[in-house]
Amino acid sequence: MKLSNVDYQIMWNRLVAVVEEQATTLIRTAFSTSVREAGDLSAGVFDCRGRMIAQAVTGTPGHVNAMAESVPHFINEIGMDNICEGDVYLTNDPWKGTGHLHDFTMVSPAFHEGNHVGFFAATAHVVDIGGRGYGPDANEVYEEGLLVPIMKFIHAGDVNKDLVNIIRNNVREQDQVIGDLYSLAACNAAGDARLMDMMKEFNLAELETLSDFIIDNSRAATLSRIKDLPDGAYHNDMTVDGYESSVEMKVSLTISGDTLLADFAGTSGPSKFGVNVPMVYTRAYACYGLKCAIAPDIPNNTGSLKPFDVTAPEGCILNAPHPAPVSVRHVLGHFVPDVVLGALHKCIPGVSPAEGASALWNILLSARPLDPSSGLPPSEIMMFNSGGMGARATLDGLSATAFPSGVSTMSAEATEHVGPITIWQKDLLVGSGGSGEFRGGLGQTIVISANEGYELYFNAMFDRIKFPARGREGGKNGGAGSLVLDDGTVLNGKGRQHIPAGRKLILELPGGGGYGDPKKRSPELVRADLEAGYITLEQAVNDYGLTN
Amino acid sequence: MTQKSARIGVDIGGTFTDIALDLDGTLYTGKVLTNYSQPEQAILDGIELVCHRAGIKVTEVTTVIHGTTLVTNSLIERRGARTAFITSEGFRDVVEMRTENRFEQYDLNLTLPTPLVKRTDRYTLNERISASGEVLTDIDPTELNALVKTILAEGYEAVAVGFIHSYANDVNEVQVQKAFAEAAPELCVSISSHVSPQMREFQRFNTVIANAYVRPQVSDYLGRLVKRLTEMGITCPVFMMHSAGGLISVDTASEFPVRLLESGPAGGAIFAAKFAASYGEDQVLSFDMGGTTAKICLIEDGRPKTANTFEVARTYRFAKGSGMPLSTPVVEMVEIGAGGGSIAHVDDMKQIRVGPKSAASEPGPACYQRGGEDPTVTDANLLLGRLDPDLFAGGEIPLSVDMAGAAMSTKVASKANLDKEQAAFGVTEVVDENMANAARVHTVENGKEIGNFTMIAFGGGAPLHACRLCEKLDMDYLVIPPGAGVGSAIGFLNAPFSYEATKGMYQRLNNFDPIRINQLLADLREEASAFVKRGAGSIDTTTRVQAFMRYTGQGGEIAIDIDYKEYVAADVDVFRQEFEAGYYKLFGRTIDGLGIEITNWSITVASKVQASAPMTLRRSGQQVAVTKTREFFDAALRKVVTANEVHRNTLKPGDAVAGPAVIVEDETSTVVTTGYTVVAQDDKSMLLVNKKTMETL
Repeated sequence: MKLSNVDYQIMWNRLVAVVEEQATTLIRTAFSTSVREAGDLSAGVFDCRGRMIAQAVTGTPGHVNAMAESVPHFINEIGMDNICEGDVYLTNDPWKGTGHLHDFTMVSPAFHEGNHVGFFAATAHVVDIGGRGYGPDANEVYEEGLLVPIMKFIHAGDVNKDLVNIIRNNVREQDQVIGDLYSLAACNAAGDARLMDMMKEFNLAELETLSDFIIDNSRAATLSRIKDLPDGAYHNDMTVDGYESSVEMKVSLTISGDTLLADFAGTSGPSKFGVNVPMVYTRAYACYGLKCAIAPDIPNNTGSLKPFDVTAPEGCILNAPHPAPVSVRHVLGHFVPDVVLGALHKCIPGVSPAEGASALWNILLSARPLDPSSGLPPSEIMMFNSGGMGARATLDGLSATAFPSGVSTMSAEATEHVGPITIWQKDLLVGSGGSGEFRGGLGQTIVISANEGYELYFNAMFDRIKFPARGREGGKNGGAGSLVLDDGTVLNGKGRQHIPAGRKLILELPGGGGYGDPKKRSPELVRADLEAGYITLEQAVNDYGLTN
Repeated sequence: MTQKSARIGVDIGGTFTDIALDLDGTLYTGKVLTNYSQPEQAILDGIELVCHRAGIKVTEVTTVIHGTTLVTNSLIERRGARTAFITSEGFRDVVEMRTENRFEQYDLNLTLPTPLVKRTDRYTLNERISASGEVLTDIDPTELNALVKTILAEGYEAVAVGFIHSYANDVNEVQVQKAFAEAAPELCVSISSHVSPQMREFQRFNTVIANAYVRPQVSDYLGRLVKRLTEMGITCPVFMMHSAGGLISVDTASEFPVRLLESGPAGGAIFAAKFAASYGEDQVLSFDMGGTTAKICLIEDGRPKTANTFEVARTYRFAKGSGMPLSTPVVEMVEIGAGGGSIAHVDDMKQIRVGPKSAASEPGPACYQRGGEDPTVTDANLLLGRLDPDLFAGGEIPLSVDMAGAAMSTKVASKANLDKEQAAFGVTEVVDENMANAARVHTVENGKEIGNFTMIAFGGGAPLHACRLCEKLDMDYLVIPPGAGVGSAIGFLNAPFSYEATKGMYQRLNNFDPIRINQLLADLREEASAFVKRGAGSIDTTTRVQAFMRYTGQGGEIAIDIDYKEYVAADVDVFRQEFEAGYYKLFGRTIDGLGIEITNWSITVASKVQASAPMTLRRSGQQVAVTKTREFFDAALRKVVTANEVHRNTLKPGDAVAGPAVIVEDETSTVVTTGYTVVAQDDKSMLLVNKKTMETL
């Protein structure tokens, strides 16, 4: 059977279905809350040269591109002549995987009739990796937990029991962590089985012709989008809270013909704490932000990702080298799209939204019994929460919605069954959306306390408390975030802190920036916003100029 | 003359209202156009039509069973009542904040569906129940009375109440309901602990709001329907089909109209399930393809798979998460935007994409010659010889091959650098691939291997595509039942009276409390039985209990069937074993060292339906002589083949026609690819069998 153009297209569709099935298998069987509830995972298929051909559409852009870059590292370190049928490799090296120790990337070579034809890779966030636990307080990556360099998890069908034993002895929640490693291997196997069906159906002996077809088409489409952009150099900078001092993020976007370079030269140096970002993660989010604006419809693969060239000087906070602490690299990583979209706005106005809350306000609460002899069990409770998105050129920003991350929140009722806490409030924060012709999305208020007999500790990893999201084209800034106790105690945006028994933690999540002059917003919309309690009377009068 | 049984099933769909009459075991069917302003008129017309065909008077009808998409349409089109929502202080925005995520990652201009009840119509009360059902904050009667006054003064047509953790304790919601009952007895008040007592506030609040929102309209409509039927002389009982595939009384339906949402598709699943049960096929995939969407449902052991949550009114390319998630019992279906009217285009990577945009019936596919200019799946089928231009819809809609060809050439072929035939093949292959992938993912999610399933296909488009789907999915057997064009209405006639009562009650197995479980099960059974009794009287029933369980730390539960009985402390092992067995079946392993917990409970009480007469499928048959041939494009062979053409009416049980073949009938055609043989069955079904499997029989 000679394969036609239509056949190649069908196989492309099929590969996308194959990796979706791979991802579905992982979501169904994973223990990690962030994988299951939030889609904090990635799954993809690669050719023998380590080029990604297809990737599942999942919740976290941070894994996109990051995982795409990981397979060549595996090929280098394992060695082509050391790849056997039945092998599975893994690492959680932040610089060769997806940016922090909590993410394991698992790579399985695919064999067809005894010949090596490609790879499957999957990444997932595990529940624990030892060390200090998930939080920003470490000063070196060594404190953040166990680093497993690229090695074989399974050799020709035999599990590396020594490795499993080492991991088991270095993490909390051993069963769940080890269980997730097997889930990763199993999801690659599920993808592999489906790939073999496809190769049989289409009588393929190799994948390289198909990967050329996919990558060349995607690359050509992406290059033509870049070529349509006006040539020039576009700059932007943005300041955010950071940990011990504020962080300036700078980018120069240079577009020339069909090339595009985002260079973060001028960005602040590294932090002493775990908010540093490995280059691979910076590149992933820069690429995501640009791709949303320029080529949202082109599927992720090496062909569509490679044209986005991203660099940052080594040693800056967005290209932090080993052994910098990187545990909560997502905070600054989530700001990267705002930075590049701000530069892109100068190139093609009207596409980039205003800045938003952007960094997730994830809380990991540790509930501890006041009296250790009471027999009350300790408990860890994870919550994902989002502030407001920036307004768009023709639309209001989305309230309490994650961007650039794609995670979901959990039900408050379900969360209260996980551990001994009561969530007293979780609703929109009035007046937190930046005023504008198009209003920024609202942040939210969350109020939490420990139930009787318990006190709480938590790792703060919150930003936009000192530096709120800025508006665009005359739009006002979004509301800043805050965290306090109900007795008025002001808490820090970063680091481990205490909520005494009987006290309530009050989180106010930042809102998104407005877009365009608020005076241009129609008075009917302003009145409706005021009546609904989205904006305050003061904003209606002062920002929007409402007179009656 | 002996008294006849004349039971009527009526399904109001988007375009047609389908009617099926079962007169002492003989089936008469009909279709009339749906009347949007007076939906009951189409029912009356349809009943007259089928009674006329059967030669009986309308007054001889003994039962009317009704299902409808009108409730769903009312939600999609936002035509419901002006509704106030009362919730716990601190949680006013649950239905607006949704899951805090974007269902489409790359669209910077994404908009989220707006809640049915806008913020100004959402009120709060200072009250609070804990996760364990304890009252943390009592309602202040003064505050409540003031709120009742405000809401009455605003003139709302309906009220919904949803408090945090009310599934665990309904006391505060009931108090609010009572306050309204005293102040305004005629006002419809729905409370979440009665409509949908399941954990997870977003889904529960949506459900109670949706219920309140459609209730005045549905209850008016049902009242009118019963009155008009009575005026016509039809005084027999009228029942409603609910989303989980059973029947409830009109009264129950008026009180809980949210249970009617998926009644049409549920009828389709029951239709397929009846054939599955009759043949003893215990793993069946039903495939229903119409003009705009295709629906897939798993039917195991003759029972459609059900779920306790689903999403209605998706707003964005049928994307998961773009609609309104509800927690109410429902037949679980996967719906994708793939139908005969789905429009094909070529994207920037020169790849053919199909759907979910549909040309619908107006203007329709290009070949309808009604002004449609976009190439659709139906146009592609016509160009590939799979549809007869003169026989479509019984010859009522003449199809233009030229128009289809012109649309395909300009909008697909020229842009993708393909010839017209390759383009048409590309379009059908892409849509078949999309449907096959959706079916495969659905079975994977349920821990099943799709190759072991038998497909039962119905709906206008399914017979054209089902055989190719089976090829793609390695499925050896495909059933095309008779009457497939009005499958849902026929399905209504086979549905039991049933009611599913659900409740959230959280329990860890290491704190196993049989007393609470026994009490809960007894309460739920009593509730469900009462509803069944309202419809069916005191008849024999079956009780099915499901516990929704998971490992501690996981986010999703799996449904575990357990016996209805009195449990004792030692039975904790039964729960553990059943959970582990169920978990193993789905995921292929169990995990040591983790706790197990139960979150939600469900009891379904159903009347016993007459078992389908067992029938053995004929898996091979006698090849009939064929006098007519035509050509169609066989996708697996990538070429045009000369096919046998046979009219379905001429086939007798045991007749076989080897593929390639086209079996034509008035409403549609069945394409039998070269790899399959069709065998006519005793019950007028057709079974398509993979030739390779047939050789090994």
